[in-house]
Amino acid sequence: MSYVLDETIIDLKGVFKAFPTPGGQPRTVLDDVDLTLKSREIVGLLGRSGSGKSTLLRIIAGLGEATSGDVLYRGEPVDGPADGIAMVFQSFALFPWLTVLQNVELGLEAQGVAPRERRERALKAIDLIGLDGFESAYPKELSGGMRQRIGFARALVTRPNLLLLDEPFSALDVLTAETLRTDFLDLWCEGRMPIKAVLIVTHNIEEAVLMCDRILVFSSNPGRVVAEVRVDLPYPRNRQDPAFRTLVDTIYARMTTSSSEPRKDSPGLFPGTGIGMVLPAISTNLLSGLIEAIAAPPFKGKADLPDVARSLQLDNILPIAETLQLLRLADLAEGDIRLTPAGQRFADAELEHRKEIFRQHLLAYVPLAAHIRRVLDDRPGHRAPTTRFQEELEDYMGEDDAKQTLRAIVSWGRYAEAFANDQEAGTFSLEDPR
Amino acid sequence: MQIIPGVISRNAPLGRWDFVAIPLIFGALVLTAYGLHGMDVPLTAVEQPAISLDRSRLPLYALYTTLRMFAAMFASLLFTFSYGALAAKSRRAEMVLVPVLDILQSVPILGFLSFTVVFFLSLFPGRALGAECAAVFAIFTSQAWNMAFSFYQSLRTIPDDLDEASRSFRLSGWQRFWRLEVPFAMPGLVWNMMMSMSGGWFFVVATESISVGKHEAMLPGLGSYVATAIAARDLGAVGWALVTMLVVIMLYDQIVFRPLAVWSEKFRFEQTIGQAVPSSWSLRMLRSSRFVAVVWSPFAALLRRVTTARWLPPRRPRKRVLLSEPVLDRAWIGLLVAACLVCAWLTIRFVGSELGWGEVVRVFGLGCLTLIRVVVLIALASVVWVPIGVWVGLRPSWTKWVQPIAQFFAAFPANLMFPLAVVAIMYFHAAPGIWLSPLMVLGTQWYILFNVIAGAATFPNDLRDVATNMGVRGWLWWKRVILPGIFPYYVTGGITASGGSWNASIVSETVSWGDTHLTAAGLGSYIAAATDAGDYPRVVLGIAVMSVFVTAFNRLVWRPLYAYAERRLRII
Repeated sequence: MSYVLDETIIDLKGVFKAFPTPGGQPRTVLDDVDLTLKSREIVGLLGRSGSGKSTLLRIIAGLGEATSGDVLYRGEPVDGPADGIAMVFQSFALFPWLTVLQNVELGLEAQGVAPRERRERALKAIDLIGLDGFESAYPKELSGGMRQRIGFARALVTRPNLLLLDEPFSALDVLTAETLRTDFLDLWCEGRMPIKAVLIVTHNIEEAVLMCDRILVFSSNPGRVVAEVRVDLPYPRNRQDPAFRTLVDTIYARMTTSSSEPRKDSPGLFPGTGIGMVLPAISTNLLSGLIEAIAAPPFKGKADLPDVARSLQLDNILPIAETLQLLRLADLAEGDIRLTPAGQRFADAELEHRKEIFRQHLLAYVPLAAHIRRVLDDRPGHRAPTTRFQEELEDYMGEDDAKQTLRAIVSWGRYAEAFANDQEAGTFSLEDPR
Repeated sequence: MQIIPGVISRNAPLGRWDFVAIPLIFGALVLTAYGLHGMDVPLTAVEQPAISLDRSRLPLYALYTTLRMFAAMFASLLFTFSYGALAAKSRRAEMVLVPVLDILQSVPILGFLSFTVVFFLSLFPGRALGAECAAVFAIFTSQAWNMAFSFYQSLRTIPDDLDEASRSFRLSGWQRFWRLEVPFAMPGLVWNMMMSMSGGWFFVVATESISVGKHEAMLPGLGSYVATAIAARDLGAVGWALVTMLVVIMLYDQIVFRPLAVWSEKFRFEQTIGQAVPSSWSLRMLRSSRFVAVVWSPFAALLRRVTTARWLPPRRPRKRVLLSEPVLDRAWIGLLVAACLVCAWLTIRFVGSELGWGEVVRVFGLGCLTLIRVVVLIALASVVWVPIGVWVGLRPSWTKWVQPIAQFFAAFPANLMFPLAVVAIMYFHAAPGIWLSPLMVLGTQWYILFNVIAGAATFPNDLRDVATNMGVRGWLWWKRVILPGIFPYYVTGGITASGGSWNASIVSETVSWGDTHLTAAGLGSYIAAATDAGDYPRVVLGIAVMSVFVTAFNRLVWRPLYAYAERRLRII
């Protein structure tokens, strides 16, 4: 399957993107990203949710602009949506008032293609993705998997050179996603899609290894390519294949090692330091659940991350694991997760004792929690307005991040009974906790 | 835009629905032509009151009035598309257009009439068309503002992924407008059209019997028929006019608005079927009729081609202009501030020179009187209708027929019942200042009722079950379960009711029956009197003060309540 022409479809050099924040310092989302995409390749951008990979995809699609750096599509700079690039969206983005056929024809309509040719090409595309017979249905009547197939048909009918996939399967259930993936790969291998290259953004490590020829591992805050993994396995790929599993392990290791070794030029795992650390919106249920799962047989306190992920059917295990590491309830290294003694005690304890352990670790290892507690202790009446902390956070991070961090710390603080928050009155207080 | 889906029977050349559709459609066309011809008469024909109270003239008058209202609706749609689109797409235009719209919504409609009559009459000297235009414009001002606002809101809340999809597939601005923006805004727009149409009826009396200063005109129509009947104390004539109005409202509701509402359901963005889909016999008729399909398909094809055509090839985006954005912004804001200051100074000078500040204080006092009336009556109406609305809304069998009735009453021009109130007040020698007040809320209380019914009907069943299971009853049930649940709906109804009551005060604080004129002291009667006398400075003052009161009341009372309802009480 080798071509004579090895065309460079996308060439990114030194792409930098920053958003201004009310606090002052602009927030860097993408820092010095280099990316090349040649024809006959499926390249994956693998990273956490919110790591800037969607922003990068939109820059390539021409829907957003890089603050600086070169973005070249077939040698020409990108300044707006280009002819020959088509995108498939995570939320399908189908127009509810258009039939399936009209939705698929949309791109051709925009280009001014004549009605008869439009219809023929659209019907062929619908046939290709396997929804022949559904042309006059409305998206309301279709399931998620069918809607995403329409999304693919709509993109493919414009005969793009480059297909951009923005987490296309993450809004679907596991079974449907698997079916769509295999169908897509079938069409790709048989050369039945007129596209030259595919760029897929995902947070699912196994999906990336299943589909891609090259995987670019993305760090977050700021977004940067930290590793490139070649996948030379032949299609169709088998998840049980030892080579497959080795690759998955390598990538997990890559993604967790880069976090446990603090590098001078790259910040820690969570964006920001000290009080300005952006905390993830992870509930205590998930944290408890993961600890219990690791403590239980067959893992008994030490597990291979991809194995845990597979057994719990979690495709987004890394943020939870990293939060446990932040709280020193678990250790991450080389793609393995191991419960610390405190984590083991947490797993064995009753609810009351668990809250005690959680409180100690929260106040010891999450600077913002300790700060809130200190402020509340110092004030007479032991109350402080929420906005005081929100404004303080906004000095370090953007508004949305500040909201998310506050929500996380309120939720953890409540579980730990370290402090209470009254949303209506907008205050933190020490009322209930011990 | 596919309007006629469905299978057409190949066997019979004409189906049974055709026998309904063909006469209806041809009849409507003929009536329209006849009506338009009849309205283009010399001005002298309408200046002398020549309205006959003969019952047989009623259908003709109904036709004229309906034509005027639909003409105004068409103008409102054009206005909506242009004004709303401009406000949504240009940040700078938005800065001035949206507050202006807000204030226009609070200005009483009759205020517009006094000023535009002269202008329109001068456009078509000697012909009644000038007066007709003035009437249509007045109706337009009662319809256009909420439609434009709804359209603007819809354009601002277009979902991100659809926006990105249309940009990435490079739809042109025109294609995007017809493929994305108008369809997305359609459900809200249709609902507002229905509300606007009913709002228009309320002022049909005032718009058709124009008496602004020395300009008198009685345009043939239902409104002037009623005005003449009131002047002649002919209760029977008023009754017949009411019946005709009922029939007309029912007809256009069934033939025009109900099918529109059903059709617009397909544009709803929520992606599940499952809620009860309303049905409309006339939509079914249009869809099943072979004749309609045959006649409509060339139009449909043309529409589709025009709205989805790409007029220009896709162009590269413009480079940055020379002047930076912040500089332009500051210049624009400076211009706006200067314009505001000039207008304010002109108004103050105008009012001050003609009237003096004592008058201003007096008018504010009158405004306070009207404010008290509005507050007390809305409160009373709430206390009465909220429990009833909740009771009805929780019982689907009752909701099915009570809600349309309530909506109908809201659409019905209640001011046509006012003469009865005059008779009653005269008979009981009651004080007009107090007893004319309920008239203000007579037509608008229904908004509270049917919104509360809607809220109770959509109250989640599992929450009701929990309350029953826990044994929550009596006042506790009201306080903790149902009242918070329907609060957002109540506030929506309350905003509309109070706004409508202010508007209604102009025609309800001064009511006449033959030679008897009853007046209650208040801002509404002040404006009505000034309009009658053609006293422009007083009209301006009255309108300005009323706008201030309405806007202030909205901002200080209803908006915070609505924000509270959104934040805390929305059931997701």
